Amino acid sequence: MNRIQSKLQEDQKLLSIYFTAGYPNLGDTVQIIQDLEKNGVDLIEIGLPFSDPLADGPTIQASSTQALHNGMTTELLFNQLKDIRKTVSIPLIIMGYFNPVYQYGVEAFCKKCQEIGIDGLILPDLPLDVYLEDYEAIFKKYGLINVFLITPQTSEERIRLIDDASDGFIYMVSSASTTGAKEGFGEAQQSYFERIAAMKLKNPQIVGFGISNKATFDQATQRAKGAIIGSAFIKHLDQNGPKKIDGFVRGIR
Amino acid sequence: MSYHVNEKGYYGEFGGAFIPEMLYPNTEELRQNYLQIMAEPSFQEEFNQLLKDYVGRPTPLYFAERMSEKYQTKIYLKREDLNHTGAHKVNNTIGQILMAKKLGKNRIIAETGAGQHGVATATVCALMGIDCVVYMGEIDIARQAPNVARMKMLGAEVRPALSGSRTLKDATNEAIRDWINNPVDTHYIIGSVVGPHPYPDMVARFQSVISEEIKSQLLEKEGRENPDYVVACVGGGSNAAGAYYHFLDTPEVGIIAVEAAGKGIHSGESAATSALGKVGIIHGSKTLLMQTPDGQITEPYSISAGLDYPGVGPLHAHLFRSGRGEFISITDDEAMTAGLTLCQLEGIIPAIESSHGLAILEQRKFNPEDVVVMNLSGRGDKDLQNYIDYFKL
Repeated sequence: MNRIQSKLQEDQKLLSIYFTAGYPNLGDTVQIIQDLEKNGVDLIEIGLPFSDPLADGPTIQASSTQALHNGMTTELLFNQLKDIRKTVSIPLIIMGYFNPVYQYGVEAFCKKCQEIGIDGLILPDLPLDVYLEDYEAIFKKYGLINVFLITPQTSEERIRLIDDASDGFIYMVSSASTTGAKEGFGEAQQSYFERIAAMKLKNPQIVGFGISNKATFDQATQRAKGAIIGSAFIKHLDQNGPKKIDGFVRGIR
Repeated sequence: MSYHVNEKGYYGEFGGAFIPEMLYPNTEELRQNYLQIMAEPSFQEEFNQLLKDYVGRPTPLYFAERMSEKYQTKIYLKREDLNHTGAHKVNNTIGQILMAKKLGKNRIIAETGAGQHGVATATVCALMGIDCVVYMGEIDIARQAPNVARMKMLGAEVRPALSGSRTLKDATNEAIRDWINNPVDTHYIIGSVVGPHPYPDMVARFQSVISEEIKSQLLEKEGRENPDYVVACVGGGSNAAGAYYHFLDTPEVGIIAVEAAGKGIHSGESAATSALGKVGIIHGSKTLLMQTPDGQITEPYSISAGLDYPGVGPLHAHLFRSGRGEFISITDDEAMTAGLTLCQLEGIIPAIESSHGLAILEQRKFNPEDVVVMNLSGRGDKDLQNYIDYFKL
């Protein structure tokens, strides 16, 4: 069983943290991952920076630009992560945009992920139909779980298709927005959370976008299995450097 | 073999819709409706009426006698520079604003580089009384002040793109982010044959009026519908798509695409995507684009802001890959000189983009009896400061 699947079977609500590899400093990647695990984070999304991150708001954009400026590349990230499984055992997911993966070669990329011990990928601009037609077999060959997004605008029919194509969790985007765009959840989100919960999907859902603190984490995980914090953690890194991660994580749990 | 888009949104291996799920409902709504809406008689009637009475179509197909004499071939200029707002861009914005109305949208967003598409969008929004936000790179805002002023006079809000390299590609990113944040009431008017399916096809169809007119005008002047060659400059490629459209599947018509070599293809300051690009994903489309080996999109350069795009529409990538199109790249200097030549021989001041097309006449030989149609995509008013600086006028 893939580490993501095992983790999803645990009882507690899952806290997932996103950070951009190579930010704030080029060499922070491994330390950040280790500190996140040590402080009880359940799942980590390692952001592979991209020059044109369409789905991201200003905070993650700026961190990507800085990481690229620092010299982060796909190959360097793989090198930094090569011994990560000697010290870290929680699920690790690489999140990025499709073009860098495509340039590396999708199969070569997946193979490398398996060697390192990466458990899944989130590539928001790799569409469902292209994945199913061209890449599903490759992902499965290397034991990688592909995580799809749904939004409040995704039709029920399409959510069912995505549920069928998934074998880990569904990344539930909390509102029509780019990352980090909104603070707090209103009635529209609550009814969306309830609507999705009522669909009884086979894959659990983890909520992302707009989760920044304990209040929003608790709200998001009332119905869903877990929640993802990205921009708020990047802001924390921006203000504190790769330190005081314990304080950040404890503030949420 | 057809060079038009297939039912899945691809031109050969290029195209598709590589978009985050947040954009799926918007593009899917458009995909399901655009052909049907465009085919409605009421849509056709309003579109054609506006092109005629508001834009000033048909634009002339002008036999350039002195140019023909100089280059020893029959040169016709398709005068898109005579359109309202000064370029071909308005053909598309008229079409898309009507599309937006049919889809029940009440807010328009657009991206712009030099400001031509921004002005054309602001123009049709003023015409229809619809709110308009134009994203423009912070650097472009500084260097294109007259067009920023035009958009403001026309009632549009110009929002600076502050991310990345703060030019056209980043303005496009910001427009896409706006659309993600406003998925229900907003229509995104993309200015070129780029972006996710169905945009490249929809924009090409709105621009196809150019080649439709060329056919009937050439029949009148030469007794035949098909020229030997159609020449157009390609940034994203919308004027070219329109000029080629009705000739794509007519192999006896040669298709020539002219890209901006900037300071030279290998100078590191170029926008010649067919020469420098590799297959990848930009702005939701699989196409040729300029990028690092690591897949980061790089910043192009051309003296002409309208050709300064790191990708190329998927139709053009396919024309290049398949060999259907002949691709030529022209440097800044060659383009500027060709622009001045047109001024002096024909009394027409062209946009620097269009000058790139004209410049091939210095290096690409045609037969004396060849009929060569050059799409003069825009006029040079917007480029006056560039011409002043370059020629020390």
